[in-house]
Amino acid sequence: MANILAVDDSASMRQMVVFTLRGAGHQVTEAADGQAALDLAKRQRFDLVLSDVNMPRMDGITLARELRTLPAFKFTPILMLTTEGGMGKKQEGKAAGATGWIVKPFNPEQLLATIKKVMG
Amino acid sequence: MSIDMEQFKATFIEESLEGLDIMEAVLLEMQPGLADAEEVDNIFRAAHSIKGGSATFGFSDISNFTHVVETLLDQIRAGEREVTQEAINLFLSSVDCIRDMLAGAQEGFEINLEQVAEVKAGLDRMLGSTPEAAVPAEAETETPDSMSAASGWKIVFKPFPDMLRSGNDVVRLFRELADMGEMIPKANLEGLPALVDMEPEEACLSWEVSLNGSIDREQIDEVFEWVDGDCELSITPLGDEKALEDMPAESVTTEAEINPTPVQAAPVAQERRSDNDRRQGDRRKKRSSSENSSIRVGIDKVDALINLVGELVITQSMLGQLGEDFSMDKVERLKDGLAELERNTRELQENVMSIRMMPISFAFNRFPRMVHDLCGKLEKKIELKMSGEQTELDKTVMEKIGDPLVHLVRNAVDHGIETPEKRLAAGKSETGTVHLNAYHQGGNILIEISDDGAGLNRERILAKAIERGLANSDDNLSDAEIFDFLFQPGFSTADVVSDVSGRGVGMDVVKRNITALGGAIDVESRPGNGSTFTIRLPLTLAILDGQLIRVGEQTFIIPLVSIIESLQVEPVRVNAIAGSAELYKLRDDYLPVIRLYETFGLKPDSLNLEDGLLVVVEGHGQQAGLLVDDLLAQQQVVIKSLETNFKKVGGISGATILGDGTVALIVDIDGIIQLSQNGSYKRASNAAA
Repeated sequence: MANILAVDDSASMRQMVVFTLRGAGHQVTEAADGQAALDLAKRQRFDLVLSDVNMPRMDGITLARELRTLPAFKFTPILMLTTEGGMGKKQEGKAAGATGWIVKPFNPEQLLATIKKVMG
Repeated sequence: MSIDMEQFKATFIEESLEGLDIMEAVLLEMQPGLADAEEVDNIFRAAHSIKGGSATFGFSDISNFTHVVETLLDQIRAGEREVTQEAINLFLSSVDCIRDMLAGAQEGFEINLEQVAEVKAGLDRMLGSTPEAAVPAEAETETPDSMSAASGWKIVFKPFPDMLRSGNDVVRLFRELADMGEMIPKANLEGLPALVDMEPEEACLSWEVSLNGSIDREQIDEVFEWVDGDCELSITPLGDEKALEDMPAESVTTEAEINPTPVQAAPVAQERRSDNDRRQGDRRKKRSSSENSSIRVGIDKVDALINLVGELVITQSMLGQLGEDFSMDKVERLKDGLAELERNTRELQENVMSIRMMPISFAFNRFPRMVHDLCGKLEKKIELKMSGEQTELDKTVMEKIGDPLVHLVRNAVDHGIETPEKRLAAGKSETGTVHLNAYHQGGNILIEISDDGAGLNRERILAKAIERGLANSDDNLSDAEIFDFLFQPGFSTADVVSDVSGRGVGMDVVKRNITALGGAIDVESRPGNGSTFTIRLPLTLAILDGQLIRVGEQTFIIPLVSIIESLQVEPVRVNAIAGSAELYKLRDDYLPVIRLYETFGLKPDSLNLEDGLLVVVEGHGQQAGLLVDDLLAQQQVVIKSLETNFKKVGGISGATILGDGTVALIVDIDGIIQLSQNGSYKRASNAAA
């Protein structure tokens, strides 16, 4: 199963994501903002990064851009959790190197379906 | 798998309330026209998280409401909208509404929708749009069937060289297509460079895929959604363009690599519909559930507890071994072990108690907003200062002290601080100060509410007291005694009772609430310099430092905080007053003597005063001497409610279980002093009649 980095400043969202992913047998590491996630990523490899967009210290877009500069994360799938229905944030995320996105609100089943889509 | 979303709701509500506190604090600091980017970012993020979370966890009404707030904040953030006082006030009202809605969701009650609708209308007006369901509550809408092609689709797909750098894998795309129906891919190797020129990080192939089956166009679009803009893509219904089938012959060789196993199409759309049903089910269910009240505890406190339990287990096993084959020569080790056990237990107790402790900032944090709002209403200028916010207090005490504090702060703002004109006329600065302070003193926490206003009007209070028959005009009363009249029921000296508060109205309730917590309240005031109300509260309600005393066969506990001193009775100092009461002359004061055996109807060792001991206690604003037979040990006792286990008994505040298993009653000092006064008044009036 996949080793996943889940980044969100909201404890309840993180709880939901982590609970869901662990329940499906994935290994999950949590980070509360982009900077914390980046610090983790510099020391450790992950198969997938799930990140919120709006966060203090470092937002998800910047995180995606920074991760792509790390050799270990050149092709790692990075999914943005975004509430924006419009294309603005999605395009911004893509331009920064994000693989795709999951639109909030999502439920655990939708999250797992998307992870399955990416990880196979 | 099905996951119950209920379990995350408590966390969501808790974190949202914290977010709202942040929003409120920032909004209160915010000046019209001056939008600090970081400040706006902070409140935007809080609103954004609440919106996202509420949508996720099924609170669609909160999500709809917060969406409008978020949109407005986003416009301010982008510099498209100015920060006006109106906007700040509207946001503050929105914070209240969201808080109400969260409380409603938590407790499962219906909230005042009118107020929410009113604020929402204000927000919509500001946004310049008519109310609408702005949030895409249901992300998916049913796909029109007209887009589905009967036989299948032809997909021509040519990734741009950079596509792989977004982490999108071509294999994944094909796997998804294969999940929908029978897929026949053909790779076009035209773009493949010579091996030496090959750039492994770039995509260089293109594909033409036939996808057979009854598949919606939307489903295929969804597969390529993430690579839109990173590739050339054409999707056409099969059978329309036979011409495209003429592909270069060599491309067929790579077919096997793609693994074109035809897979039965999964009923994706159907699955999604059932998800929606489930979500709506959640929403219907939510009203009935209510969250348990919870407490946040620092991880260091929990670690300390675990550590202590570890030590306790070690001590226990040590004592256990000792008990296996005990002989008298091991008695020293037994004593050591028991001393260790006592230390462990005490530390464990202290640590467990500390878990219930929370910084008083939880009670203070509502005041900046309250003072801000009151200033607007009363046209006063007031600065609220707070200190000692980190002082810790038992959670239960904190919950009960909230209302009295609100009352006192409101009074300070309404009656304490003068209008700017009056202040200037009195030679003071235009802006008044209300100061909240908290600190520990012994086993108590002291909370001070002071203002630099006009101070209490001694003469007016005295006049009112005389008018109400509480005092005589020739009584020589101290300031403290006069100010104490404020706490009499229905005592108000305010000439004009404003809609904010009337000084005195409810002060008796404040005092009663504080007394019920085992606390006390004092007033100090100087004309022209303001007043200070000091609340003294025990740190916790669960444990009491007690003095064990004996009356006849019975053991009672007197709260140590109430005891001033204990002394041997000298009969010459006792004065009996007309058969109604006894007074004991202690230095310059006369204390009423309360014979506990009389109050509780017990048989004492001796009826003679000089055989007993007098415990001088203070309660209900005065001192008294309790006559007891003997003083026993001092110890901490765990308070058990007598009311829940038996019924309320006058003069007794609770009970506890002593080390030997017997039950001891805890004396209610205030109650017993009152009881004896009523008794002696009765006797006195009987004698007079």
